[in-house]
Amino acid sequence: MAIIGSRRRNGLIAASLVAPFVLTFALVFAYPTLEVIRLSFTDSPLIGDGEWIGLENYRNLLSDRLFYTSVSNNAYFLLLTVVPTTALALGMALLVNSLKGRWQAFVLALFFLPYILPVSVVTQIWIWITDFQFGVVQPVIALFTGEPVSVFRNPFWVMPTIAFVTIWWVNGFNVLLFIAGLRNIPPELYEAAAIDGATKRQRFFKITWPLLWPITVLVLTLQLILQLKIFDQVYLLSQGGPFNTSYVPLLLVYREAFQLNHGGYASAVALVIFVMILVVSVLQFQLLRVVGRR
Amino acid sequence: MTGARRIENLALTTAGVAAAFAWVFPLYWALATSLRSEKRVVGEEAGLFPDEFNLAAYIDALFNTQIARWYFNSIGTSLIITGLVIVSGMMCAYAISQMRFPGRRLLYGIVLASFMIPAQALIVSQFILMNDLGLVNTWAGIILPQLIVPIVIIVYKQFFDAVPLEMREAVVLDGGGEYTLLFRLYLPLNWGITTALAIITFIGAWNSFLWPFLIVTTEDMMTVPVGITQVTDVFGVKYARLMAVALLAAMPVALAYLIFQRRVTEAVMISSGIKG
Repeated sequence: MAIIGSRRRNGLIAASLVAPFVLTFALVFAYPTLEVIRLSFTDSPLIGDGEWIGLENYRNLLSDRLFYTSVSNNAYFLLLTVVPTTALALGMALLVNSLKGRWQAFVLALFFLPYILPVSVVTQIWIWITDFQFGVVQPVIALFTGEPVSVFRNPFWVMPTIAFVTIWWVNGFNVLLFIAGLRNIPPELYEAAAIDGATKRQRFFKITWPLLWPITVLVLTLQLILQLKIFDQVYLLSQGGPFNTSYVPLLLVYREAFQLNHGGYASAVALVIFVMILVVSVLQFQLLRVVGRR
Repeated sequence: MTGARRIENLALTTAGVAAAFAWVFPLYWALATSLRSEKRVVGEEAGLFPDEFNLAAYIDALFNTQIARWYFNSIGTSLIITGLVIVSGMMCAYAISQMRFPGRRLLYGIVLASFMIPAQALIVSQFILMNDLGLVNTWAGIILPQLIVPIVIIVYKQFFDAVPLEMREAVVLDGGGEYTLLFRLYLPLNWGITTALAIITFIGAWNSFLWPFLIVTTEDMMTVPVGITQVTDVFGVKYARLMAVALLAAMPVALAYLIFQRRVTEAVMISSGIKG
């Protein structure tokens, strides 16, 4: 009896400990997850009830040209950000790692600083820097094009510029991960290699690169997932324009739900994005692991 | 150190510092702009170097925008989010790590799985829910969906798992229950990671944009990152004020980072699963 009683008491205490998280989770996470699935099969507006329409939303999605445009724009954005930021971060981490003492901390702090800023602060600053009339970088842009460019209103420049701003914003995080990885490499390996007369190049490709591979996989995966669901900076910099050249899937969710009042359709788009993120990240993770093992 | 090594070091340091300054040039430029008069900002004579110390843009921002109000909203919601996330996460992690109860593995599985669900996929249904509960344009509406931060539970569990059993037994022999154990032993042993997690949770809450942007429709309920995108002027853009507002918005997180630099980097590394 006493054991059963104490077990029950134990259960109650455990329940009281997990309750705050579990109840919040059920309300604002689990329920909305089920709801978004249900809504995607209805023609609900954002506010109010709708009818069950089966797969209609998904059928419409397949013939929605804006959806295809947004997916291909996002794919282009991935191309412009994921590998470039990983390579840049690795270079910057190697540079930071070769510095000594106080300088190392100082340079790392400056590299990392943009990452902790709110997205809207980042976009406001870059909007000012790239201002068509008064932007401080316009002379630099003019070096390449011969004239100032209104970067966020230009179909060619809009995506690369948003990618550039995004890299500036998040790169510090990747630098930090690489530095942690570099510090985990035992210095004896380099000492042994130096005794064996290995060149700098050999030391990088035979020691640093292979031992850093797990971190590289981590950075690539995190960036891929992050850049698959961009919204904030695109909305703030270009609103998806010009001529939908920077329109991305989450912008479609936002427009359909909050501006066109199509809650059901927006839910279907959101679910498709969700599944895409899941599939891509699982696939990439497996793929990079297999490549890394070789 | 040989002469060649010394020169190499000097060259590397110079390169590193130059690259770092170039990297934060946008922030320098925002600061320089904010300290100029609106006229000079768009004038011919505005050079690359600071040439004015004019606080007019900041005064304009404080009195002619609602930034004080947004600060109030941001500080309030971010502090409440941080407190609730840390306490609920710690309690849940303690139960998962130290107690045996039915559903324990399932619960941890759900925590790990929810880590993979992009919150952006839930904005539509979360908004409908908050609207049904009458929480649009309220602090509760801003706060609630931001309370799910699975990484806090995952990190706490790792740290609690590592606490030696003997320490636990000593408290149990003294008649301490689970709550005593958590708040008198496990929490004090883990103050370091608690501050680190609290700081990054606060920075994350302060910076969050999409959700507050959706759930708030009136200017007086906006948080700082959402509000600053609303600062416009009927006579065109006032750039000095725009930059002053942006820098004021960045100040709390920038200060938190600069003061607690080591804790922040530690927390970022631990929550990415690199150290721990």
